Amino acid sequence: MEYDLNINGEQRRVDVDGDTPLLWVIRDVLGMYGTKYGCGIAQCGACTVHIDGEAARSCQTLVESVGSSAIMTIEAIHTTTNGRKIQKAWQDLDVVQCGYCQSGQIMSAAALLSETPIPTDADIDNAMSGNICRCGTYVRIREAIRHAATLDGNAKQGG
Amino acid sequence: MYMKGTSSKSSPVDTRLSRRSFLFAGAAAGGGLLISINASMFRADRAAAADAQVTTFAPGAFIRIDKAGNVTAIIPQVEIGQGVYTSMPMLLAEELEVEPNQIRVEQAPPDDKLYANPKLGFQATGGSTSIAAFYEPFRHAGAVARTMLVAAAAETWGVDASGCRAENGTVIHDASSQRLTYGDLSAKAATLQMPDKVALKDPKDFKVIGRSLKRRDSVDKTTGRAQYSIDFMLPDLKVAVPQASPIIGGKLVGMDEKAALAVSGVRRVVRFDDTVAVIADHTGAARKGLAALNPQWEGGALTYSTANLVSDLDKAAAGEAVVATNEGDVKNAASVAATTLEARYESPLLAHGTMEPMVCSVRITADGCDVWVGTQVIARVQSAVAEATGLPVEKVRVHNFLMGGAFGRRLETDYAVQAAMIAKQVDFPVKVIWTREEDFQHDVFRPYYVDKLSAGLDENGMPTAFSHRVAGSSVMARWTPAWFVNGLDPDAVDGAAGPYKFDNPLIEYSRSEPPAGLTTGWWRGVGVTHNSFPVESFIDEMAVSTGKDPVEFRRVLLAQSPRAKAVLDLAAEKAGWGTPMPAGKGRGVSVIVLFGTHVAQVAEVSVDPQGDVRLERVICAVDCGLVVNPDGAKAQIEGGIIFGASAALYNAIEIESGRIVQTNFDTYRVMRIDEAPKIEVFFVESDQPPTGTGELGTAAIAAAIANAVFAATSKRLRRLPVGLDVTAK
Repeated sequence: MEYDLNINGEQRRVDVDGDTPLLWVIRDVLGMYGTKYGCGIAQCGACTVHIDGEAARSCQTLVESVGSSAIMTIEAIHTTTNGRKIQKAWQDLDVVQCGYCQSGQIMSAAALLSETPIPTDADIDNAMSGNICRCGTYVRIREAIRHAATLDGNAKQGG
Repeated sequence: MYMKGTSSKSSPVDTRLSRRSFLFAGAAAGGGLLISINASMFRADRAAAADAQVTTFAPGAFIRIDKAGNVTAIIPQVEIGQGVYTSMPMLLAEELEVEPNQIRVEQAPPDDKLYANPKLGFQATGGSTSIAAFYEPFRHAGAVARTMLVAAAAETWGVDASGCRAENGTVIHDASSQRLTYGDLSAKAATLQMPDKVALKDPKDFKVIGRSLKRRDSVDKTTGRAQYSIDFMLPDLKVAVPQASPIIGGKLVGMDEKAALAVSGVRRVVRFDDTVAVIADHTGAARKGLAALNPQWEGGALTYSTANLVSDLDKAAAGEAVVATNEGDVKNAASVAATTLEARYESPLLAHGTMEPMVCSVRITADGCDVWVGTQVIARVQSAVAEATGLPVEKVRVHNFLMGGAFGRRLETDYAVQAAMIAKQVDFPVKVIWTREEDFQHDVFRPYYVDKLSAGLDENGMPTAFSHRVAGSSVMARWTPAWFVNGLDPDAVDGAAGPYKFDNPLIEYSRSEPPAGLTTGWWRGVGVTHNSFPVESFIDEMAVSTGKDPVEFRRVLLAQSPRAKAVLDLAAEKAGWGTPMPAGKGRGVSVIVLFGTHVAQVAEVSVDPQGDVRLERVICAVDCGLVVNPDGAKAQIEGGIIFGASAALYNAIEIESGRIVQTNFDTYRVMRIDEAPKIEVFFVESDQPPTGTGELGTAAIAAAIANAVFAATSKRLRRLPVGLDVTAK
């Protein structure tokens, strides 16, 4: 079955079963590997993308359910002001360790800032508790989100 | 892309040096390190290189400097998030006199001689060894290269080398104001003989070591560009999703192959005695195909459950034991003691739960075999795959990737061997991706331990006899049989007396192995992670049995151990030890020595009326000698504490009727951000050679939490995870 996806501002046609999780379409069919597999049951958040600006777990989003919604992945998050702020804050505080969960963390954090420009600790806990980090970078994630909220979104992000 | 500085499109970390440069690097083979390089061989290779117009200066196995002045560090250790690609180049940079960020990083190829970890004797990243093991060899390599570059400049200018100095990739002769870059000098330096001896800097002159340096993989890891083994792709590559018997030791007896092949995108079903794999165009199709395949299993340890494991351990603990330490006369000392204490502790099987599951890609052709994998043991993977495929070792090329967590899991080669076996069945490259369920059910678990401790206390409440019998399976007997001597697993009893020098200590080990198919292995913090829980909890029991303060009691016991006492004092001071805590809250302390690093932690917990424990704050004081990259070390300790706290509070792998009960993050609860404590890390200033920081946070936390729960509730926890014992009434 063919589906036309609106992903990172581009139209992409894919030919897969309708019940294929969006995660595997993004990774294996479209060849964008920044979005990660962690659990397959929406428990860990490694696969987080934005669908119409909201954080969504792509491992539990069937491709047939997406329709014409705008999908954004880690590869394009720097095109948003909040994405740039979060990436810059992550780099400023050296949040990452193994880095595997961080695409998902950044997508969740960017969605949080869009909703709540100056989040409280409770807002952070709430928005980020669906994203597991086994390296235990939570202390820095918390700090980085608070830091990101203070940044100028037009600042150039490294890389 | 930071790895080779070429394109922004990520490529795997290349484990292959160019053939030519590898000849140079290979000159150090046999002796292991630079110090014993064979000069004549080095010149022969140099001549060959000159023929090929290669002018790379490669003094030894760890450094290459090309004509353009590019400095490349060949890193024997792998990057699992602990930051070695950032910290190890700092060691080179310090002596080479270049900015660490100017150094490019290249993963060393598999080579158990040339790239052996000096602390272990073979090529492996584990045991918190990377910085400790390479602190000297990497600085030495930098100093040798710098000395030769200075000599090359002096020769060029016809001046005395003593009048030249190196600075920021340049050699300068101040008297004549002449300067040449390392690139300018590389060809000439390559013709010079390596110095026999070089002087290393006094630590007080360090400019790079000891200053926090940002991670070099931070940009790639925040933009989705970092490439892990799961991201590897080739045009004709297919994806295999395997399932091994979910019953320990079970066999495959049936499946609906037709249904699997009917799924669009599914190409093949590959079966073995105890494993099946569905191969498809993409992971989604392979997973759907595996569900349709609905494999059936029979046999195995169907009557085996956690209760059997524990009763086997109790039997072992009550039976014969191998003596690890026996000084004085523990029996007599205990019999004359004013009081005696006894306790039995239990620590569960633990999974690693790396965020990236086990993944390995393999392609077998007439030309040999390529393996794309993330592993802590590159050379072991090479030989294991050679054995599995029947290929000679040199025909197996291992390409290592960044890893989505390792924690000891990737010290195993099972997933690479399995991928090779699957690849053998097909004529295209195959990427084998474990599901999370597979990853939990076929983990190589941290052993279950039962610990029996006893102590005799004198009339002042101080211990005059201490005995600790550890019962558990042996990781070393399987993983490094050479280290398992006379039935004693040194890891199982590592830290079994804590950091203390007891009078009349008796430390024993009783081995008991689970059934075949349930494998136990390394887990972050290894022996000390397990032993610190019973030992540091039992120390607390001793202290409170005579009404002593747990910190004061330890200070007396550590009177002869200044480094341990210093971290204890520092942690207690920073925690405000002794200041009152509100009802329902408590502080607990633990002290450990792990791989030479001295650590004290104070945990603060709150326990609600339902018995739920919340870890609120952790203070960690560390003496790891000289701290090479302070912010990186701090990150390791913060993360280590959370990893250990997650296990202490929530984690246990249980077995029911031969099956692993916990199969995903819904049943194996791990710590999340809303549960994460505040963490404060303090380093003791030191100019001693560095020791590890990767595992200490994990190893010390369980006892600190359990002791804090006791302080809050007067309930002594003798079984992990904390959640089980606190809520079980």
